[in-house]
Amino acid sequence: MDILNALVAFLNFVFVPAFGYGCQLALGALGVTLIFAVLRFSSFAHGDTMAFGTVMAIGFTYVLQANGITFGPLPTALLALPFAILCTALMLLGTDRLVYRFYRKKRVDPIIVTIASVGVMFVMNGINRLIPWGGVEEINFADGSRFLMEAAAFKEMTGLKEGLAIKTTTAVTVVTAALCVAALFWFLQKTRTGKSMRAFSDNEDLALLSGINPERVVQVTWIIVAALATIAGVLYGLDKSYRPFVYFQLLLPIFSAAVVGGLGSPLGAIAGGFVIAFSEVMVTYAWKKVAGYLFPADWLGDGLLQLLSTDYKVAVSFAILLLVLLVKPTGLFKGK
Amino acid sequence: MAQRNFLLFAAVGLLFVLTGILMSWNVSLQILNIGVLSAIMALGVNMQWGYAGLFSTGIMGSVALGGLAVVLVSSQPNPENWAAGGPQLLMSLALGVAVIAAAIIAAQKMALGRARNFTIAAILILGFFAYRYFFDQASLAIETINPENAGNLGGLGLPSYIAWIVGALMAAAAAWVIGKTALGLRSDYLAIATLGIAEITLAVMKNEDWLARGVKNVIKLPRPGVPYEVDLQQAPWFLSFANNIGADPITASTIFVKLVYLVLFGAVLLGLIWLSERALHSPWGRMMRAIRDNEDAARAMGKNVKARHLQIFILGAAVVGLAGAMLTSMEGQLTPGNYSPLRFTFLIWVMVIVGGSGNNLGSVLGGLLIAWLWLIVENAGPVIMSYATYFLPDGGLKSHLVESAAQLRLLTLGVILLVVLRFSPKGLIPEK
Repeated sequence: MDILNALVAFLNFVFVPAFGYGCQLALGALGVTLIFAVLRFSSFAHGDTMAFGTVMAIGFTYVLQANGITFGPLPTALLALPFAILCTALMLLGTDRLVYRFYRKKRVDPIIVTIASVGVMFVMNGINRLIPWGGVEEINFADGSRFLMEAAAFKEMTGLKEGLAIKTTTAVTVVTAALCVAALFWFLQKTRTGKSMRAFSDNEDLALLSGINPERVVQVTWIIVAALATIAGVLYGLDKSYRPFVYFQLLLPIFSAAVVGGLGSPLGAIAGGFVIAFSEVMVTYAWKKVAGYLFPADWLGDGLLQLLSTDYKVAVSFAILLLVLLVKPTGLFKGK
Repeated sequence: MAQRNFLLFAAVGLLFVLTGILMSWNVSLQILNIGVLSAIMALGVNMQWGYAGLFSTGIMGSVALGGLAVVLVSSQPNPENWAAGGPQLLMSLALGVAVIAAAIIAAQKMALGRARNFTIAAILILGFFAYRYFFDQASLAIETINPENAGNLGGLGLPSYIAWIVGALMAAAAAWVIGKTALGLRSDYLAIATLGIAEITLAVMKNEDWLARGVKNVIKLPRPGVPYEVDLQQAPWFLSFANNIGADPITASTIFVKLVYLVLFGAVLLGLIWLSERALHSPWGRMMRAIRDNEDAARAMGKNVKARHLQIFILGAAVVGLAGAMLTSMEGQLTPGNYSPLRFTFLIWVMVIVGGSGNNLGSVLGGLLIAWLWLIVENAGPVIMSYATYFLPDGGLKSHLVESAAQLRLLTLGVILLVVLRFSPKGLIPEK
């Protein structure tokens, strides 16, 4: 029995990675859920929007680095974020003008708009791969110091056998995500534009009657979505790496998170992000090490105590999605 | 109307003829065969979308399940691997199914409350560990024998045609599970759930080596009665035939094989078109379109909307699974790494929308046209790009653009989809 070591091993291998990943998923799911709440369709292009924002951030990072500008111990990409968000916002507003506005005016069935978003996904996917500094290969663009706390230093400090390492990128992820969520909720609850967005989401006709300009609401939504998607994409890319195909595949956990939380509910998107992230990590983690501290060795056998191999991460988010659809289709936080 | 359709098909046919003359007949026929298979997939998707308005993003999953069926049914058996753990593995799978069935029965029979939730959780958790205990032993035993060449259970050694039917049935079974869960909810949920099942199908195929060797691929799958090129080149009748038409026997044999496939696949396609047209113009087809156009009215007339949706969803998936099995039979190998959602889900969608949703002939036309575009841009993309970047100085940017020109097809098809959806939402051949 060695509860402290077990706890540290759990924090190091499960809690910290899952928490960081959960923040990234939550930001992604917030984007999906906001599009759904205001524009009333599920955007299949969201993964590629995140990829676009990340490619833009990578480009500006290179420019900054070439001019000798870095962010000290923090990744330079954070300095590039505002420029990248601007580019993504312009791109999304352009897409809305060219594609989505037409269907909004005609008030077509949402599923048609969803199909249009598949077309947008194709186009963006192609653009991302054609961008000179992008391409299809993996890109690591994290710089600055690698660790906020190194495993060895932690061991020395506490005298425990297990180390706790916290990557700078994980810490950056958590802090940035917290700031974003706080800003978003302040905006939705307190500002006039935020209130009109919520009103528009609750009841479009009533909102129109009370003089809200729908085009303005939609534009503001796209700008917020651009910010959320770019930040989510950059944080994920800093923590792991950037690759267009991986970002496309993030679509499934992000959708699952949004549906689990309740499509259209921002609070739900955050909860859903953490539910999906923690389930993915916990189900695919080999618990041998943690259990080794808690139980006598001969109780455990030879297995790795891993419920599913890591290749089945995608199955976990899907299984939770199915469960929610079966038991509570509106999600944890009563979506639409 | 009929004249216009004929012209459209003639135009697409001309594309293939031009490809044959300008590039080679071998390439043209290869693209045409894939086009015919894509057309069958598009027919299946058209049933789901065009007849019933169901948006599924799991087409790749049905295609992959069809391919898996070919390995399980028509490849040669691996008796040693089977003896090592085959029966145990089947028993553990049966146990897994029994656990899920027990949980479902408990969910249905017991009264709502804490006792019910607890029982269901206990059944599932204990059942999962019991299942894993037997399953792990069996799969390990199978995978350790002869992993270089086999390491999987192998197939039944039955004819490919049976594999095609099994492929359709497997895709149908997967569709039943998804349909049961996600139909009757918001239409987006079906799209999201099907995206998931396709990814899981692929994850299973990539990682379960005992099933179909995972990413090590299964090669040398038998052909569906189609002769091999090397045999043709030895056969006296074929040599004299090639001599008579004055062709090189090697080129002639590759073209001959592709023509045989074309006849085979074309016959399946024509049969399916005939069946689909009959179904669409039967009372059942009218009911389907009535449901699609106004669910509430159809429900008020006493139609069971959810059951009909489930039915057509399964039918469509089965047709796609059939085409997936035929594709794997033609390629002679199963490579799970080649299945990508862009190629096998969203591209098929472009075919259906461009061709004309709700119209079977439209889907076929879209399938042939888009398959041609997709495969030709792959070949012609770099050439076009090198012309387009003619004015740029030689160097990094230019070579990057030329190299990534193959990605142009994503852009092209996206633009085509958006343009058709906006300016001609009924497609090339509109629904009557």
